[in-house]
Amino acid sequence: MRIDRVLAGVLAAMLPCLSPAQDTQKEIERYRQMLAEGNPADLWEARGEGLWKARRGPKNVSLEQCDLGLGAGIVKGAYARLPRYFPDTDRVQDVESRLATCRVTLQGFKQEEAMRNPFSAPGRHSDMEALASYVAAESKGMKLDAPIRHPKEIEAFRIGEQLFHRRAGPHDFACVSCHGETGKRIRLQELPKLSDPGDAQKIFTTWPAYRVSQGTVRTMQHRLYDCYWQMRHPQMDYTSEASVALMVYMAKFANGGTINAPGLKR
Amino acid sequence: MKTILSLTVAAGLIAGCVTQLSDGGQRAEQVFRESFTHGNRQMAARVEQQDEVQALCSLYRNEPPREIAARIEQSQAATLRYPASGKLMGDWRQGEKIAQDGYGLRFTDPDAKRPNGGACYNCHQIAPQEISFGTIGPSLYRFGKLRGQGEAVQKYVYGKIYNPESSLACSNMPRFGHNGVLTGEQITHLVALLLDPDSPVNK
Repeated sequence: MRIDRVLAGVLAAMLPCLSPAQDTQKEIERYRQMLAEGNPADLWEARGEGLWKARRGPKNVSLEQCDLGLGAGIVKGAYARLPRYFPDTDRVQDVESRLATCRVTLQGFKQEEAMRNPFSAPGRHSDMEALASYVAAESKGMKLDAPIRHPKEIEAFRIGEQLFHRRAGPHDFACVSCHGETGKRIRLQELPKLSDPGDAQKIFTTWPAYRVSQGTVRTMQHRLYDCYWQMRHPQMDYTSEASVALMVYMAKFANGGTINAPGLKR
Repeated sequence: MKTILSLTVAAGLIAGCVTQLSDGGQRAEQVFRESFTHGNRQMAARVEQQDEVQALCSLYRNEPPREIAARIEQSQAATLRYPASGKLMGDWRQGEKIAQDGYGLRFTDPDAKRPNGGACYNCHQIAPQEISFGTIGPSLYRFGKLRGQGEAVQKYVYGKIYNPESSLACSNMPRFGHNGVLTGEQITHLVALLLDPDSPVNK
């Protein structure tokens, strides 16, 4: 059952024996290959589908009538068109923000309840990670086509672009400090240049992803939260306007890439 | 009165230079402030308020025009503080530990008594024994072997770590000394790691 954990352990044990960096990279590639036909994220996807169809909340209804942008109840292909502007909330929303909206409007949860526990911890599942995995998987193989046409989508792009370059804090870091050049690494971790379509298309389309180092699925919201942690910023608010704006900025360069989520990452 | 007025105007002009943000730019600043509301207030205050270097480098996307770059380098060179002892070369063994250690100033780092690390290997190749190194910064392997250990080199390396903006405006590298991430003494250990003939960097 926890075969992924076992494999991760084996891989971790092997790492110190391999010297040059390329060998490590090769091993990681091989590991990826091994899991390619059985990404542990499949389990999150299945649980997410169950949650999507389960009657829950004060109104005891499922999420099946949730409008993810293509109309109520349409999940197929919806993730490939996110983030996008939603007239009912008058906001640009990513998948997690939109799922929270549906939990409030359809199921009757309070906003705080709908957003509770966004990131899992050992022994504590996150429904959001499962739901986002399910919705993303329903766009597998489709091309990302996040719209940047509505004035609020264009505004979000501009805000995202500015925040991407905004240096602050005790380390003077901005997103661009690590994601501004191709072929760079932190330690052995390769870094995408997020304004480069080649890099962005590969990276943006593979979130959510099962993260081997964390033994769980993580979402794009978590990725940004984790980046800001590393940048010595405070916790980024879950589904905050800045987080969605940064996703719109990334989506602009990632558009045209093929969705292959949930992915598998270090 | 006239002096005060002209001083006020001058201050306004300087402030205007720092924050040449369009209305859209101001909106992004507001979005930023509203997106970090649940964490530690002190941390939030520190990232909300950019200093002049951060604001200018953000505005010019790390490629400032020449006169702005010169202004940054000049103002940042004035921040350099060397150890009172005059000793710039510490212990390379301690330097190696600091170069490995990424602890400090993240919102999950609660122990204010534990010294911060420099996490130098995240971005630089340094001692050849460590193969897990990043490539955002240049390789520092053989740094002392190539440049010697003279006082001028020591001063250069110390200054570069203390405040890299003093020699290269809008460098990606953090201002470890000026921003209070590392102490002066810790920086002398890093100087030794790069320059000491006994350091594995120069073997």
